[in-house]
Amino acid sequence: MSVETNADTMPLVRAEGVRKSFGPLEVLKGIDLEVERGEVVCLIGASGSGKSTFLRCVNHLEKIDGGLIRIADRVVGYHLKGDKLYEQSHNEVCAARTDIGMVFQHFNLFPHMTALENLMEAPLRVLKQPRKTVEARALKLLEQVGLAGKAKSYPRHLSGGQQQRVAIARALCMEPKLMLFDEPTSALDPELVGEVLRVMKDLARTGMTMIVVTHEMGFARDVADRVVFMHDGRILEEGPAESVITNPRHERTRAFLSAVL
Amino acid sequence: MIETITPPSTPVGGGAFTVVSARHPWRWAAGIMLTAIMGLLVFSAVTNPRFGWDKVARYFRDVTVVNGIEVTLFLTVICMAVGVALGVVLAVMQLSPNPVASAFAGGYVTIFRGTPVLVQLLFWFNLAALYPEITFGIPGVSLDANQLITPMTAAILGLGLNEAAYMSEIVRAGIQSVDQGQTEAAGALGMPRLLTLSRVVLPQAMRVIIPPTGNEFIGMLKTTSLVSVLAVPDLLYSAQIIYSKNLQVIPLLVVASIWYIVVTTVFTVGQGYLERRFSRGTTRSAPPTAWGRLRAFFRVHSPLATRKGTNDER
Repeated sequence: MSVETNADTMPLVRAEGVRKSFGPLEVLKGIDLEVERGEVVCLIGASGSGKSTFLRCVNHLEKIDGGLIRIADRVVGYHLKGDKLYEQSHNEVCAARTDIGMVFQHFNLFPHMTALENLMEAPLRVLKQPRKTVEARALKLLEQVGLAGKAKSYPRHLSGGQQQRVAIARALCMEPKLMLFDEPTSALDPELVGEVLRVMKDLARTGMTMIVVTHEMGFARDVADRVVFMHDGRILEEGPAESVITNPRHERTRAFLSAVL
Repeated sequence: MIETITPPSTPVGGGAFTVVSARHPWRWAAGIMLTAIMGLLVFSAVTNPRFGWDKVARYFRDVTVVNGIEVTLFLTVICMAVGVALGVVLAVMQLSPNPVASAFAGGYVTIFRGTPVLVQLLFWFNLAALYPEITFGIPGVSLDANQLITPMTAAILGLGLNEAAYMSEIVRAGIQSVDQGQTEAAGALGMPRLLTLSRVVLPQAMRVIIPPTGNEFIGMLKTTSLVSVLAVPDLLYSAQIIYSKNLQVIPLLVVASIWYIVVTTVFTVGQGYLERRFSRGTTRSAPPTAWGRLRAFFRVHSPLATRKGTNDER
């Protein structure tokens, strides 16, 4: 299946000219973006600028209408053979997603399972790993996100911040190569934002490759290697966090930042 | 009406005043009138000799009647099992991305919900007239429809397949009530569709599916009486067998009715507890039992009730 051979030196994510429309509305108008291994990239921009849609395209929750996204040596959603793209079956798409963790704005924990069961479900039933290994890993991850005592709790008995930390642990329990965060703190009460950002910061330090859609400029400045500003379906500006946030070149970036900071 | 069950922790007025509840004289007037009407009805039923209460008592535990109850219960359980199993399959087909599958399921629901179940029962019963030999299109297979379709199989097919149409709508509504984010989260974890359905969506849909399924169950119990036209010896037909011999039509219909009420009441109570169980954790307070509501009525509407400070019994 491997198309490129020098996969380890290549960027982990390469998006080329990604386009996406919802009916007559073109949401992504050609996105080119590369994310290196171990890099943390923050996507910022006003709502409706297409950053969440792009993130969902990366693990094929949305089908793209044009362009190409590669993760390592594979094309997302397709097999590339010669000059033809063969659409993957649903099961192949699912298999590819096991390498990519995703964290949602509204947590989307399974409410009928305990925190521990939430973590263990996919490794057990999708990766078919032995229960003992999975349980040990899940408990360790819960401890890492500061919820060692909440393994047996159901999501509705956890605060929003705790739920989101469980959701992050759930994604990590699949041992992904890439983590996607879709506005992970936007649905949280302000006093709970910090605990989630702290977990993400710790994760970034371990060398995880992360793409984070966020409105938290402080987090972007402190943690991101690179900040990408999107506007109206295009990337307007990208660069090191410090320079984009404190010294934006583009008029629109300046307007956006002065509104959120 | 529920707020009367959970008294406020601090009493109105800080406990310094005597609280006089609002009086509702018209509720009392209506209550007295309805009680009077009920009394008259009971009086006329008891004193009218044509009800034949002595015969009701005699046939109430007649062996034919009891066998009829067994057949009715058996039919109800089997037909509901067929209906639920097929209903889940049809619901999944209706929501499938395959347009042929969803059209097939839609067509099934249209036909089986669009015709009276009595007509469907008669069709199944007379299947031999339509297909004297059943081959399933497989060479070498030839079954005599007259032998295959007994009154009982016709009853199970007719009621079960009809129920599947209703159940599929209930299950579909249940599946659609589950937040889209759940399917997405499962998909992002790499869970394929069938696994997502069985492990994530259906367990959550149960909360929505269980209460109407209880209704369907109780409905089915009574709908089984239609099979008396196929001469299946259910509760109603058993009563008919007896009164065709002794001509005590009314007493035996009363016997059958009382038994239907007894069985449905047992199921209704069970359904109530099942619903309370499944609504636990999702609503703030479970719906009160009938007994609890009656107690609440007399507590609040008593003309003598003056509650000083703290609420009485808690």
